Amino acid sequence: MTDPAPSPALRAEALEQLLTERGLVRADVIDGFVAKYESDVGPLNGARVVARAWVDPGYRARLLADATSAIKEVAWGGGANGEHIVAVENTPERHHVVVCTLCSCYPWPVLGLPPSWYKDPAYRARVVREPRTVLAEMGLDLPPEVAIEVHDSSAEVRWLVLPERPAGTEDLTEEELAALVTRDAMVGVAKVEAP
Amino acid sequence: MARVSDLGGTPGHGPVPVPDPAEPVFAQPWESRAFALTAFTMGRIAGRNLEAFRETLDRLTPAEYHDSGYYGRWLHAAEAMLVASAILAPGAVDARARRLAGGRVEEPLGPAAPAKPDYAPTAPGSLRTVEAAPAFAVGDRVRAREGARSPGYVHGRVGTVDRIQPAHVLPDTHAVFAGENPQHVYTVRFPAHELWGAGADDAAAVTVELFESYLERP
Repeated sequence: MTDPAPSPALRAEALEQLLTERGLVRADVIDGFVAKYESDVGPLNGARVVARAWVDPGYRARLLADATSAIKEVAWGGGANGEHIVAVENTPERHHVVVCTLCSCYPWPVLGLPPSWYKDPAYRARVVREPRTVLAEMGLDLPPEVAIEVHDSSAEVRWLVLPERPAGTEDLTEEELAALVTRDAMVGVAKVEAP
Repeated sequence: MARVSDLGGTPGHGPVPVPDPAEPVFAQPWESRAFALTAFTMGRIAGRNLEAFRETLDRLTPAEYHDSGYYGRWLHAAEAMLVASAILAPGAVDARARRLAGGRVEEPLGPAAPAKPDYAPTAPGSLRTVEAAPAFAVGDRVRAREGARSPGYVHGRVGTVDRIQPAHVLPDTHAVFAGENPQHVYTVRFPAHELWGAGADDAAAVTVELFESYLERP
């Protein structure tokens, strides 16, 4: 009789011990790396990009023409999963939504690490086939006449959705606007709501 | 053969989870360790070869791929890459994990010396310059073929070149340490009815990034 396979928590601990014993990793370096992705690299970077594009038409044009460069004007860019980023703009007529059906490629520099729904097999399998239904399940109802473009990130291009600026936010500052922008809106599964 | 990772358009899935804006970056502490250990492992194999990692994920069993979620599959792939490079012995992680759980398990002897692939990327990252002009232009109709990063649901389907992207190292050879062979990459747009047939959403389309050798003229 064999015992059940060890839990992933035990396997992670075992792997860390084995690599530490061989001098290949150090706990403090791992701690620092994890902390960076828990607090520094996250959707706040993308939100600042979106807010700038809403208030500055010149920036919006640069973002849509060359997002990789434009992002670096307002936030940290480049690095893993951010070598080449393309921004696409949602409008009342056309809605963009992003997926990676082969794994879970995601624009880390602007959005951080992907949320669980993005990595879920159901999202990866279904959003390319029935995007309108999937978006409705996630709480975004799009009328049938709105065109939907699904971007499957199958290579090293990473997609950032520039959401529509909500009505009634004309008086808000760039900082106040950035606080409204959500991760889900920048992947294209939600809209930004006015406060 | 169907690849375990190639999920686009596959049937049999339930509802998509409703997003939780307050979700933590890592659901459990072990996920953060798995994330960092895998990232560091890639640097120990032969350069930061992301494609080798993806190729390893594809060779996992369905249970290894799905049972412990995203970071669970990362752990399995990290272990497989470390064993393939003779940095860890086969079964070493399992044996240590069982000992941590209080089991009386013999640990395998470590490999005498690492046997890493003799391979170094020519530059960091995946983007490269290709001298030859792109074979396809924006607006060209193209048919998708198979390839390491060509999703199964586009194979044999005809789309239109929407954008020409920067050239990338070719995953098919780079993943197995057989050369970078950079190629032009195209964003190809497929109307939903071309992919899914009559009855598909008329107002929907999918774009996919495809390497030049994954494309032919229809």
